[in-house]
Amino acid sequence: MLELKDISLSVENKANILNKVNLKLLDKKIYVITGPNGSGKSSLARIIMGISTPTAGNIIFNGQDITQLDITQRAHLGIGYAFQSPPRFKGIKVRELLNLSMSSGSGEDKICDLLYSVGLCSQEYLDRDMDASLSGGEIKRIEIASILARNLKLAVFDEPEAGIDLWSFNRLAETFKEMHEKTNATIVLISHQEKILELADEIILVANGGIERNIPKEDILRKGFIDDKCKCRANCGKAGDKNAECIG
Amino acid sequence: MLNALDNLMLEKVADMHDIPKGAYNIRKNGEGIQKNTTENIDIITKKDRPGIDVIIKPNTKKESVYIPVIVTEQGITDVVYNTFEIGENADVEIIAGCGIHNSGDNKSQHDGIHEFFINKGAHIKYIEKHYGQGEGTGKKVLNPKTIIHAKENTTVELELIQIMGIDNTVRDTEIQLYDGAKLIITERLLTNIEQKAKSNITVELLGENSSAQIISRSVAQGKSEQTYYFDLIGKNKCRGHIQCDAIIMDDAVITSTPKISAHHSDAQLVHEAAIGKLESVQLIKLMSIGLTEKEAEDTILKGFLK
Ligand SMILES: Nc1ncnc2c1ncn2[C@@H]1O[C@H](COP(=O)(O)OP(=O)(O)O)[C@@H](O)[C@H]1O
Ligand SMILES: [Mg+2]
Repeated sequence: MLELKDISLSVENKANILNKVNLKLLDKKIYVITGPNGSGKSSLARIIMGISTPTAGNIIFNGQDITQLDITQRAHLGIGYAFQSPPRFKGIKVRELLNLSMSSGSGEDKICDLLYSVGLCSQEYLDRDMDASLSGGEIKRIEIASILARNLKLAVFDEPEAGIDLWSFNRLAETFKEMHEKTNATIVLISHQEKILELADEIILVANGGIERNIPKEDILRKGFIDDKCKCRANCGKAGDKNAECIG
Repeated sequence: MLNALDNLMLEKVADMHDIPKGAYNIRKNGEGIQKNTTENIDIITKKDRPGIDVIIKPNTKKESVYIPVIVTEQGITDVVYNTFEIGENADVEIIAGCGIHNSGDNKSQHDGIHEFFINKGAHIKYIEKHYGQGEGTGKKVLNPKTIIHAKENTTVELELIQIMGIDNTVRDTEIQLYDGAKLIITERLLTNIEQKAKSNITVELLGENSSAQIISRSVAQGKSEQTYYFDLIGKNKCRGHIQCDAIIMDDAVITSTPKISAHHSDAQLVHEAAIGKLESVQLIKLMSIGLTEKEAEDTILKGFLK
């Protein structure tokens, strides 16, 4: 359903963030993309959504070359991306953002379900502003809800676990599972979390500008390469805490 | 007495869909044309100069006064002096606002000078919306001056909004706060093309435990210019906070000058000002859920100015 052909990305002060990446994703599967901080996972997701333009290569979505399409056009084709660090908005309510995300005609009930599925009480949150009064974890969950709201063919969630407490996180893992069971979407989860790794039909590792496919879950959990390779984590005292968010 | 255009303008500046139930005074093209008073709210036309005295009895609760001004002819300069006397412990809403429809080539201008005497324990919410329209080249000019004396333990909420169509505005606001008085100002301003807007707000925190919070948000588009001057003066144990947030677009110019001065060691004054362009990550987020760039921009600005 999605095919990346020789995708490369370089920016001014960083060459080869991605170097000739080739990747084919199939319908209705769950992929987990993992890899060290700064390895290019978010870059890859942003290229799929059309937020970043690859330096070279093509993106094919259900047979159509979408390399030149802008973000809005890709959104209309059914591609969605839940940001790693979602923006806040002054004066826009949670309800309004979710309404904008949903296909027209969906009612209040749907919004409540959505918030519930990310572990938030709708009564408490619907009329809150999407501004600095919401915590990082709350913003993050609303971001995820805004993607669940859409009728997508391909949904990419960028580190959904970041800033979310363990209880809510288990709820969230259930939510992804439900999404997989109830919709035909292909789901891509960028994550290091064991619970998420367990959902994967396939685990893809991004490292050194390239990807490796079909990584056994056990390898990742056993080797704990994320801890090893993250210099920040080694220095920041969070070493060994698998659930800690590492801001590299 | 009111035609369709009048009604439209009244709706724009005072959310009036009908003649209000309670007290009101409607001024059109420099003359008071319709008014109503209630048992608790009196409106008296001034004898010595144009304008009205609005007198609200002590303990008046949950009543509103509408005092909209509309200018629908070109070439008018309307100056009006309104005085408000708010009785002790009253709790009222005052909906002012001015709309100019100018389809000619001569300037239309309204200068409203409003002075408020707010007595002990009273609570007022004052809403002032400014709006202009009309296809002529005649300028639409609004220069409001608002002077407020807020006595002990009063609460004063001001909403000052100018969203569209005013070519030139100089807005002066001067406020004195006595013991325990609390002030909240919400200012919203949008300018475009070659419009110019100036807002000067001076707040004197005279009384013990007085507090002031000023939240100003604005958007400047086209070749418009906005100039802000905030002056917060703490003369007692008090708290003051100015938060000025502006989005700049196109070739606009925004100047914001903060001034805070403390004359008392327990005065706590903060000023925050930021001018910046629309955050691209916000645009990208909204585009990624299907909005076009233009729709995303409008959504963000509309929220910001709400
Ligand atoms: N616009 C950019 N300018 C400079 N460097 C960038 C830019 N975008 C990404 N990078 C760099 O590219 C690398 C990959 O980033 P990212 O895709 O965010 O990694 P990940 O999501 O795997 O942590 C990082 O080193 C990051 O600093
Ligand atoms: Mg990332």
